[in-house]
Amino acid sequence: MGQTLYQKIYQSHVVGKINASTDLLYVDRHLIHEVTSPQAFSGLKLAGRHVRRIDLTFATMDHNVSTQKRSLDAAGETSRKQLEALAENCAENQIPILDLTHPDQGIVHVIGPEQGLTQPGMIIVCGDSHTSTHGAFGALAFGIGTSEVEHVLATQTLPQQQAKTLKVVINGQLSAHVTAKDVALAVIGKLGTAGGNGYVAEFTGDTISAMSMESRMTLCNMSIEMGAKAGLIAPDDVTFAYLKDKANAPQGEHWPAAVSYWQSLHSDSDAVFDQTVQINAADIAPQVTWGTSPEQVISVDTPVPAPESFADETKRDAAARALQYMGLSAGQKLTDCQVDVVFIGSCTNSRIEDLRAAASVINGKTVAAGVRALVVPGSGIVKRQAEAEGLADIFKAAGFEWREPGCSMCLGMNDDRVEAGQRCASTSNRNFEGRQGRGARTHLVSPAMAAAAAIAGKFVNITQGDWA
Amino acid sequence: MSQIFKAGLVCPLDKNNVDTDQIIPKQFLTSVSRDGFAEALFYDWRYVADGVPNTDFVLNFPQYQGASILLTRANFGCGSSREHAPWALQQYGFQVIIAESFADIFFNNSVNNGMLLIQLSKTNIELLFKRCAQGPQQWQIDLASQEILFGNNAAMGFSIDPDIKQRLLSGLDFIGSSEQLGAEISAFEAQRKARLPWLG
Repeated sequence: MGQTLYQKIYQSHVVGKINASTDLLYVDRHLIHEVTSPQAFSGLKLAGRHVRRIDLTFATMDHNVSTQKRSLDAAGETSRKQLEALAENCAENQIPILDLTHPDQGIVHVIGPEQGLTQPGMIIVCGDSHTSTHGAFGALAFGIGTSEVEHVLATQTLPQQQAKTLKVVINGQLSAHVTAKDVALAVIGKLGTAGGNGYVAEFTGDTISAMSMESRMTLCNMSIEMGAKAGLIAPDDVTFAYLKDKANAPQGEHWPAAVSYWQSLHSDSDAVFDQTVQINAADIAPQVTWGTSPEQVISVDTPVPAPESFADETKRDAAARALQYMGLSAGQKLTDCQVDVVFIGSCTNSRIEDLRAAASVINGKTVAAGVRALVVPGSGIVKRQAEAEGLADIFKAAGFEWREPGCSMCLGMNDDRVEAGQRCASTSNRNFEGRQGRGARTHLVSPAMAAAAAIAGKFVNITQGDWA
Repeated sequence: MSQIFKAGLVCPLDKNNVDTDQIIPKQFLTSVSRDGFAEALFYDWRYVADGVPNTDFVLNFPQYQGASILLTRANFGCGSSREHAPWALQQYGFQVIIAESFADIFFNNSVNNGMLLIQLSKTNIELLFKRCAQGPQQWQIDLASQEILFGNNAAMGFSIDPDIKQRLLSGLDFIGSSEQLGAEISAFEAQRKARLPWLG
């Protein structure tokens, strides 16, 4: 019997057995940021341990940073202390860091690929659940907690048990303006937020093959929102072209050897998955979440569902509570729903392709009166590219705020919050209660849908009318 | 064999999909310390504006003060990987969480802090909520025999990964037990460098 891509990567990283069902796996790349690492470094110090592989560890500042001003002080006292702790820990251990003085600084899941740190076949970990993003390169990448961060710093390994395998086959052509974000939300709507618990999901099919690396990252990024341990896409020529000449990608004579190895990284034709799901891409319309869980999602033209429409009692109760929190009623159309805030950014949708898509619907129009709209590029590289392409000017002319790189309003750890009761069209990944601010009402959408909502002042179907 | 892992009062949190943003909201994540998170637990549910306790939230009910066993529903701990979530639960006093299912990262984070997470079928979770509806419950969790003891010789069994059970019973150092494979790690690094030299 053949092997799945996940099984190939897993088995090639087994260092030894911890006990009957637990293997010790080697970690090829450890990405760290300010929020989930300080306690790991203090634990390490307390136990008299040191960082085993400085060369496989890489840090950035992202969660806490102000995106209004590139200064450690700008997001408040506790944030400054945490950012300084990261800088000190990196200096003390000689770990490379993209701090606020570095032109390439940005969100950890944006800078990893940009710097060529993310490569096919690797095991990549980071103290952040959206580490699944890196699976777009055919790397086994997953989020870990702080105890595990400390474990990886000390040993460059992690105890793991084999996950089950889920194959998500997506075929067909996406309609214009329908993006990887819509695909991700549609898949989560179908499988639910716990549908992937215990699984590693591999996305395959001609829709995936036709996707850019940016789109694949968006899709894998959201695989944690269906509970999957990781998302995976087998590397192909699109992957190799993206990585060629990136700073930390294999250089010179190593390049052809690496590509040759990477070409072996795919699920065998006779590999057996524990579960398979089929999705028709042509059926997917622009998606908007209506509730407080990413699975509470509908096509933009569909009325908000009534709690009674859910057969499952749990989903019925959750829907009732979500409608109350969101200030919505059953049967209401989201296209009649006013938005107060628009956020374009986050590790899900802050890459150059996302900003191009958002800018493309602006078309000389301006942000609606009363709407606060901000664009937060994912990294310094994305920001400079967007400025060179004239996208920043388009956003600014339309009335969007053009920000510095960081996680920003996705989780509101810095000074960017959505106020209680405000409705936000957001390109981020979580619409949980209070995620963007206490009482904030988040609707997850694609970048083009978010930009259109900013201009119209409400949600619109961008596949129709003047928007198309 | 019997070994009581925890004996204590049960607090029923009748919710599905409790995410880590609810368990500990973002404003408490800027700490560089591992302590001081008890007050932050379920902050937005526990307190109304200006830090006034929300008397409608179950954790604030007088009969559940001092609870050390949390009973909840499906997909507990979904969302962000923040280990601050199990830290907050543990520092508040919860040493055992019983649920229909847990999100993967939260599960590992909790086990790494020596907490016991018990997964039961939907039917059994329902039975436990019914028990709680009858009045405050004091249960004992016997990890060796894998049973929840309700008193009066009533009990409910649970299954647990044998490796995790062993770790919780022996209190093995998480990093220390991997370090015992130090020679294997060095050997792996050598063959990795030979096989895939660009990785360093």
